[in-house]
Amino acid sequence: MSYVIKGDTADWEVVIGLEVHAQVIAKAKLFSGASADFGAGPNTQVSFIDAGMPGMLPVINGYCVEQAVRTGLGLKAKINQRSVFARKNYFYADMPQGYQISQCDMPIVGEGTVYLDMPDGMTRAIGIERLHLEQDAGKSIHDMHVTKSMIDLNRSGVALMEIVSKPDLRSPEEAGLYLKKLRSILRYLRTCDGNMEEGSMRCDANVSVRPVGSNELRTRCEIKNLNSVRFVAQAIEHEAKRHVDVYESGGKIEQETRLYDANKGETRPMRSKEFAHDYRYFPDPDLLPLEFDDAFVAKIKATLPELPDDKKARFIANYGLSAYDAGVLVADQDSAVYFEAVAKGRDAKVANNWVSSNVFAVLNARNVPITECPVSAQHLGRLLDLISDNTLSTRMAKDVFELMIETGKDPGSIVEERGLKQITDTGAIEAAVDAIIAQNADKVAQYRAGKVQIMGWFVGQVMKATQGNASPALCSDLLTKKLAP
Amino acid sequence: MTDLTSFTIAAARDRLAKNEFTALELTDAHLKAMEKAKGLNAFITTTAEVARTRAKASDARLQTGTAGALEGIPIGIKDLFCTEGVQTTAGSHILEGFKPPYESTVSQKLRDAGAVMLGKLNMDEFAMGSSNGTSYFGPVKNPWKARSRPPDSEAGDLVPGGSSGGSAAAVAAHLVLGATGTDTGGSIRQPASFCGIVGVKPTYGRCSRWGIVAFASSLDQAGPMTRTVRDAAIMLKAMCGHDPKDSTSAPLAVPDFEAALGKGVKGLRIGIPKEYRPDGLNADVALLWDAGVQWLKDAGATPVEISLPHTKSALPTYYIVAPAEASSNLARYDGLRFGQRDRTMGNSLDEMYAKTRAAGFGAEVKRRILIGTYVLSAGYYDAYYVKAQKVRALIAKDFTDAFSKVDAILTPTAPTAAFGLHGKQDDPIAMYLNDVFTVPASLAGIPGASVPAGLNNDGLPLGLQVLTKRWDEETMFRVCQVLEDAARFPTLKVAP
Repeated sequence: MSYVIKGDTADWEVVIGLEVHAQVIAKAKLFSGASADFGAGPNTQVSFIDAGMPGMLPVINGYCVEQAVRTGLGLKAKINQRSVFARKNYFYADMPQGYQISQCDMPIVGEGTVYLDMPDGMTRAIGIERLHLEQDAGKSIHDMHVTKSMIDLNRSGVALMEIVSKPDLRSPEEAGLYLKKLRSILRYLRTCDGNMEEGSMRCDANVSVRPVGSNELRTRCEIKNLNSVRFVAQAIEHEAKRHVDVYESGGKIEQETRLYDANKGETRPMRSKEFAHDYRYFPDPDLLPLEFDDAFVAKIKATLPELPDDKKARFIANYGLSAYDAGVLVADQDSAVYFEAVAKGRDAKVANNWVSSNVFAVLNARNVPITECPVSAQHLGRLLDLISDNTLSTRMAKDVFELMIETGKDPGSIVEERGLKQITDTGAIEAAVDAIIAQNADKVAQYRAGKVQIMGWFVGQVMKATQGNASPALCSDLLTKKLAP
Repeated sequence: MTDLTSFTIAAARDRLAKNEFTALELTDAHLKAMEKAKGLNAFITTTAEVARTRAKASDARLQTGTAGALEGIPIGIKDLFCTEGVQTTAGSHILEGFKPPYESTVSQKLRDAGAVMLGKLNMDEFAMGSSNGTSYFGPVKNPWKARSRPPDSEAGDLVPGGSSGGSAAAVAAHLVLGATGTDTGGSIRQPASFCGIVGVKPTYGRCSRWGIVAFASSLDQAGPMTRTVRDAAIMLKAMCGHDPKDSTSAPLAVPDFEAALGKGVKGLRIGIPKEYRPDGLNADVALLWDAGVQWLKDAGATPVEISLPHTKSALPTYYIVAPAEASSNLARYDGLRFGQRDRTMGNSLDEMYAKTRAAGFGAEVKRRILIGTYVLSAGYYDAYYVKAQKVRALIAKDFTDAFSKVDAILTPTAPTAAFGLHGKQDDPIAMYLNDVFTVPASLAGIPGASVPAGLNNDGLPLGLQVLTKRWDEETMFRVCQVLEDAARFPTLKVAP
């Protein structure tokens, strides 16, 4: 899916790198014991360290280190057994220490790879440049008071992983796929909940363009704080077009930080290079270099779950699913678990059809995760069993499924209560078939004269006569036999 | 009855245990002395009520046999240590009125040992200075007077050294039995030398930095300031120990420093670094250093001439590393959450920062923030900060190499005795040279102590510095005690 912007002077391709800030799932903050939960009252989860009080010192939260290593392993990345925390110095009201503790030259995780599942079933490798740990800042609220700004330090000090991709992405769609895949991996690993709406995953996009076929990297602009997959794609699209327009009119792109205005559908400068901060990074003298051994990494490695790429490969191999179908199922770990519970001991393709179409439709309509699906995997499995043992026709099963959604009941009870059993008693169906043939001599004549396509009409009549409970397969068998000239 | 302010910590401890007097009496005697010595300006905040309450509690524990190692001992706390509910200023206007809701680990340990805090001691602003002249709360006077100067005139006022000038003056003037200091480049040792007391900077990582207002995190280290070597050993033991709240605090057991005393120096090799004897070294300082070498020799030690080749680079290295860290450490003083804020209406957040910091910091602090900001800036970082770190490693290696040949190193503590308080002090380089002998050990993180060794020809105290390898404070104390015994340093006569 090559993405080309047609210009007057050239065809342009876009070069994109993403920086994702992912909030680490941990009980406490990166360097303090204060709670890292979301949604508490303002300034209720702030330790003296988070408030930058005099004489307070940071102490690394070992669990956050484990989470970063776990994520690095999930990104098939190099784990650096020695990394260094550095101070990034700048003044802002919601950053009490006057610096952010981050990692600069020596991050905890080095180069890795994320594989995108392309719509055509192919995969595409996107390089990860690095992952480092850093503190989040607090929150400034400027619209609560006419002249004052309000500061909430609950988020101050919460652990973030900054995950930086290489400039390997070539279209807004790829950027979206990358974010979704990254989020899927983080959720599998339980290292970040990936909720962009709550801000626990945020994205900055570095965008530049170049003539198709060129290998140069032109001046990039960084679009900050994109908080949905959709906005990331939109912002890149607008920014790339802006670059093309500037180049085509003979202008120059300045390296700068920009913000995306979703309402106006444009990016605009946040601060230009001349006002760019000099962050004066230097190793934080309050913290020793972060060091751990092979055993620490091996212990974490042993607890890794099966990740989406491996699961997808297994689904293709073991269940005979297409790459696309497997990709859809494994994107969400709970969906994959659900599918496997349904598919176990059953026809996997049938199970996939039911999960991917019927179940996902319900989830989309109700906007709930699969863990809150009113039809449990066990119940859906039993429904498929009722089809395969001929108790229900596929059509009847769909009706039963609707009732399962409404009531949450087991399909067996619904079948019992409503007497919905498929009639597989040949005698009963035969009587209905005979009656229909007797009553419709004209149609029978037409059929026998060669208009075989009216077979469907006959089946429909039999079904009607049996309140839809007849086995469609038996109906056709009998009709074919009895209508034969 | 003997004047209760005449005792050492060791003597007071033993007599309190024997019920010869009460902790409250001891505290009251010192509070009275403090009142009389107000002119020294040694304290920024006095806490008489807190002190008397704690002294009474000490008496109760002394009676029930649950006394701590420093039970009922009146001490002063440098105003760089955060003390719960008691104003902590770091000698700066920007923290005026700041009452921390927490107690620093070191002052908490002293409280737990039963020590009674009489107040918060004056100091150079944010510990930046060598004369106590940068304090927003005014200079401290050295209780010592020069023979050549008229004692009751401005010309007779001498500086106590710095930055722990209030601590040194209060201990020397018998206002407290001991005091905490902090040492970043010599801030315990140099004022100890100027005021004729013992000052110990332990190994970096020995005392927790938690709750101490940070100046330069990789150098800052708390230590005791006392009138005797034994008192310093007793007090250091109560102050130090691993603290999980400070990542740079060492997870090591605390030795019984007092038990190391009395072991003498027989068989020890004492390094005498040739680089510490530059051309033009003050004659009295040189003479006293020679005397110190002889005392140790007499006690059975072997002097060995050694070389610490990177000594001359220590001061410039220090004045890159320390300001760099300070420029970042002091960013939190922005007027937003605690301390002083300039309330004149500004038009922006940046303006509020600028006005608050312009009004809140003194000239020396501003100078160091500027230097630190400069050396960390893009384009200069490698040339200054990175290079300084490399030189720092070489300086540390000098000491490592030296300690493969010797057990301790003996040097002068400071290049001069105390100088005039009202004289010209506006040349920062001249002021920085005060720390030329103390800074190398700070950069190397090794322990160092200053012992009062004699008086110069003007009757002013001079100290000798003893350095040992990391975590070997015990050898340092042994050498210090031999020097102390030999020097028979005249205790300051305090007017009754």
